[in-house]
Amino acid sequence: MSNISEIKNSVLCSSEMNNTQNRVLKLSGLEPLIITPQSNFINVGERTNVAGSRKFLRLIKEEKFEEALAIARDQVENGAQIIDINMDDGLIDGKAAMVRFLNLIVAEPDIARVPIMIDSSKWEIIEAGLQVVQGKCIVNSISLKEGETEFIENARKIKRYGAAVIVMAFDEVGQADNFNRRCEISKRSYDILVNSVGIKPEDIIFDLNIFPVATGMEEHRKNAIDFIEATRWVKENLPYCSVSGGVSNVSFSFRGNNTVREAMHSVFLYHAIKAGMNIGIVNPTMLEIYDDIPKNLLKHVEDVIFDRSDDATERLLEFAETVVGQVKENTVDLSWRMEPLQNRITRALVKGIDQYIIEDVEQARQEANAPIEVVEGNLMTGMNVVGDLFGSGKMFLPQVVKSARVMKKAVAYLEPFIEAEKQKQLKQDLLTNKDAKVQQRGAGKILMATVKGDVHDIGKNIVSVVLACNNYEIVDLGVMVPPEKIIAEAKAHNVDIIGLSGLITPSLDEMVFIAKEMQRQNFEVPLMIGGATTSKAHTAVKIDTEYKHAVVHVNDASRAVTVVGDLLQKEKKDNYKKDLKADYAVFRNNFLGRQRTKEYLSVKQARTNKLKIDWNTSGIFKPRTLGIQKIEKLDLELLRDYIDWSPFFRSWDLHGKFPQILSDTVVGSQATELFNDAQVILNKIISEKLLTAKAIFGLFEANTINDDDIELKNVVCSSVEENSLGADKFIFHTLRQQSKKATGRPNVALADFIAPLNTGIQDYVGCFCVSTGFGTKELAKKYEAENDDYNSIMVKAIADRLAEAFAEYLHKQVRTKHWGYAENETLTNEDLIKESYKGIRPAPGYPACPDHLEKLTIWEVLNVKEEIGVELTEGLAMWPAASVSGYYFGNPEARYFGLGKIKEDQVKDFANRRQISEGKALKWLAPNIAD
Amino acid sequence: MKNTSKLNQALRDRILILDGAMGTMLQRYNFTEEDFRGERFKDFHTSVKGNNDLLSITQPKAIAEVHAKYFEAGADIVETNTFSGTTIAMADYDMQDLVYELNFESAKIAREVAKVFTKKEPHKPRFVAGAIGPTNKTASMSPDVNDPGFRAVSFNELRVAYKQQAEALLDGGVDVLLIETIFDTLNAKAALFAIEEIKEERQIDIPIMVSGTITDASGRTLSGQTAEAFLISISHIPLLSVGFNCALGAKQLTPHLEVVSNRTDIAISAYPNAGLPNAFGEYDESPEQMAEQIREYLDKKLINIIGGCCGTTPPHIKAIAKIASEYKPRPLNSPVLYV
Repeated sequence: MSNISEIKNSVLCSSEMNNTQNRVLKLSGLEPLIITPQSNFINVGERTNVAGSRKFLRLIKEEKFEEALAIARDQVENGAQIIDINMDDGLIDGKAAMVRFLNLIVAEPDIARVPIMIDSSKWEIIEAGLQVVQGKCIVNSISLKEGETEFIENARKIKRYGAAVIVMAFDEVGQADNFNRRCEISKRSYDILVNSVGIKPEDIIFDLNIFPVATGMEEHRKNAIDFIEATRWVKENLPYCSVSGGVSNVSFSFRGNNTVREAMHSVFLYHAIKAGMNIGIVNPTMLEIYDDIPKNLLKHVEDVIFDRSDDATERLLEFAETVVGQVKENTVDLSWRMEPLQNRITRALVKGIDQYIIEDVEQARQEANAPIEVVEGNLMTGMNVVGDLFGSGKMFLPQVVKSARVMKKAVAYLEPFIEAEKQKQLKQDLLTNKDAKVQQRGAGKILMATVKGDVHDIGKNIVSVVLACNNYEIVDLGVMVPPEKIIAEAKAHNVDIIGLSGLITPSLDEMVFIAKEMQRQNFEVPLMIGGATTSKAHTAVKIDTEYKHAVVHVNDASRAVTVVGDLLQKEKKDNYKKDLKADYAVFRNNFLGRQRTKEYLSVKQARTNKLKIDWNTSGIFKPRTLGIQKIEKLDLELLRDYIDWSPFFRSWDLHGKFPQILSDTVVGSQATELFNDAQVILNKIISEKLLTAKAIFGLFEANTINDDDIELKNVVCSSVEENSLGADKFIFHTLRQQSKKATGRPNVALADFIAPLNTGIQDYVGCFCVSTGFGTKELAKKYEAENDDYNSIMVKAIADRLAEAFAEYLHKQVRTKHWGYAENETLTNEDLIKESYKGIRPAPGYPACPDHLEKLTIWEVLNVKEEIGVELTEGLAMWPAASVSGYYFGNPEARYFGLGKIKEDQVKDFANRRQISEGKALKWLAPNIAD
Repeated sequence: MKNTSKLNQALRDRILILDGAMGTMLQRYNFTEEDFRGERFKDFHTSVKGNNDLLSITQPKAIAEVHAKYFEAGADIVETNTFSGTTIAMADYDMQDLVYELNFESAKIAREVAKVFTKKEPHKPRFVAGAIGPTNKTASMSPDVNDPGFRAVSFNELRVAYKQQAEALLDGGVDVLLIETIFDTLNAKAALFAIEEIKEERQIDIPIMVSGTITDASGRTLSGQTAEAFLISISHIPLLSVGFNCALGAKQLTPHLEVVSNRTDIAISAYPNAGLPNAFGEYDESPEQMAEQIREYLDKKLINIIGGCCGTTPPHIKAIAKIASEYKPRPLNSPVLYV
């Protein structure tokens, strides 16, 4: 042992002792709390103490931990810099309650940011608490009550857990109740802790026992003054340590008379702090401002605290009867409603509160000269604050969309007045024969459209809303907009920017085409590109080269605001556009340079390096039910557990994995709010059956032929009278990886997962289409009509999630029932998201099979359109958008992969196999063709 | 311990160079499942490909080769190949029983290589840091959204697991223990607790390095702490150094290093990634680019120990070592000012 303490002491002596600047009390929650001699008094929240709050005690007893958390949050919001947590009650399992409550607190960043004081008289509860908190806590408390051995043992552990410690002025004899005893016990404790345990003196906090005064007992008369003087002694004689205490004790004898109690607390604190008390448990609502205490009351109280005369207590008691104890009211905080009008409007916009906006806007309208001034003045002032907060990362996307909802509601209310004012103006102008051109222009006009053949608009709508919030006028042409219309509308509206969006790969070509058209028709306005399938690489390589003017790729709403700002701001825009052009040229060159380094095999070579499954031993399982089955109306409740929420948050620009994102320190509270809002809509959709879920799927006999094709047979199908293969045969054409692989790694095609015909082994394949999109459009429209873009976008985002959940659900049904090869699988939703199931369900248009044309075959095989009503657009997007289609492969070796780039020889071969022109094949496979 | 005074002296004399990524180097070997298994585990019941720590047993030459390359590049300290060497992390491969051996052998391999280099260049003694990773479970966060109060691992489970790893590393001959890539401070506190127990039981002092991970631009650890809160939370144990590694590139790490550098008088370490991953998940910052960014650390006197994490290679370490040799280390034991 001596060895160790020597080391400890030498560490203390060499680096720490001579460095007094370091000797301040440092604590941490998620954020640091550093208590220096210059720090103001540190207030410890006491409401999360079962002995201090009856409500908290009741909630813990009833195991209502969520509600108990609200008390903790309230404490922090009201300024507690540390929160004291105590579960010592005969009817509570203190250890379990402490651990449970601390674990919950840790998941709440707005509470966990402050350090925690773990408060118990039982060591096992303290230790259990120390084991679940990452920050540097305070242990409340230890003392010499049970002797030195236990004191040292616990102190050692506290040091090893890394906490500061409150030491009670208590020893084997009892609690210190006078000046000398307080000093004596403190000194003894300090010496043991610093010299034999090696605790840093700044980590020691003395609780010198605050006892009541004015109790009528002679021996209590000096309680307050002794505490204050002992505090002074400790601070002078035991360097670097702190002093704390529970203040409300001092006024214990005046329970029921809050006026007196509050004054006593203030007076006591005022003097104790001067003496060096720097930490304490004080209920801020039970504290009068020292200077506001009436002079006569102040004198009576000070006489008691300082024990100035024999009859001080008597006189205070007498005086107390003359002041009526008043209970301070505690109401919901609506104080902001008392603020000036502009503050109220700004707050409503920033906080997304639409409850009072009509009332406030009406008042503003009455005060304004013209209704339009309310929009341009009051509302824009508020929205500028929103814009600034968003721009500086202090607000998040869902909040901004909520702000927009309030804005829209306000504008909708004002519109009739604005229109009436316009008419009036027009008439007057006609009378006075003035030019009636009062065109109002915002910061700029932006056309937004999802291109032809594509139906996805969540991202586009979000960008539109955010831009609208920033005072841009949006001309939203909706989805599946043909290029002619985009060009025509851009001219008609004289827009300043054209924004194009798309999610499926064919949309990329549409964008290239529009860029060419813009060039041909001598457009000069910037072109903005966005959407899941777009990338800076594609924009730089394929689009930027077609249009002489600015082209910019923007993939998130927050960047859209700055980009549009830079594109339109008079002073900056020319340089910005030049920089953009140059930046994209550099990016393009780098990108193309990088491309050339990749090596490819011929499709023939790639085929010889296919994935070779040993078909003699491979577990091929005959489906229990062959043929096609349909689900007309699935109970949406069944899908709830299958939802993968992470992509949902991404669609709102909140990045992170679910569920961790809910407790993320930056976006956690926003994510939680968004998630809760989503639950409301989801519950509504489910309970009121607002969306209809339909599916069709089939399992068929199949074998691979000619290396890369999968032939289905005995397909009993009503859609096609006759086809060249015979009415019951169909072919899936798959594509094969062509980039050169490391030795031993195959060039894979989906066809490799199915037994070739020449093996003579019968294999199977499946395909499916699910949709939860029926009803989405109507529901979204309904919200739009109510100026509620937030929920309109929400509905679409949820429908998308439900469709994916349905695909997941159906896949599971197929694996465990209809095909049945994984009858006994037990996978959680998390496993499903991680795709740890056996067999795969790749979808045309995604990395393993980027060829969208395959959907046509699936549609024929399953007769999708007629059976469940999901249609394919020109661009082969599915409509309704919330739909998923794909294949089922059941082989245990089947896995997801990315096709990567392919070469022209495979494109030719593919065109032949599919019997389409090479041109058509080139067009559809363009994104995957290597340059 | 044997080399502690040499290590302390070296730390006062110069900026010490830590090695670069082990994983990045091992990827280049393209080891197959069979290679991972070796003769000894050829019939093991579950796939072990990807269990890099296992390579210390099945491909010890490769591990020694990587260590040697980093020493050649100028590293003063190499980290043992034991990032996942706890029963908790090894449960993924059902190899909990191997934990002691993995750590012991890994330490031995690094020790041997270090010995050879120290003998060659006695003026520049080489050191071995026993790498203690974060495990794959977190003590402060719930993996279950429906139950934020749930924990997949307890402090005591972590303490026991870390203790076993640390003991094996010490038995294998490491000079210092490096608790690294800390995304949950509570996990690190369990490791520190375990090491304190060993110190007491064996009656020795053990130099400890602590390296946290700031996960993104928010400037916080995954468990939500700011850099300074993290520093405060691990300062109860005497440490050789504190700093950050992984997740960010050298440039993004600067403000967080400044925070801790201003707030402590012990040595500061940093081993950032080779930039941020590109769209393909690869790290493509060149040695020169990275070294140039590290020059800012040196100009500002932020560090005492410098190396590389994900995506860094011997050329990176060489470039960093070259630049660092032009500078004096950050002074130790200078007072911290709190206003």
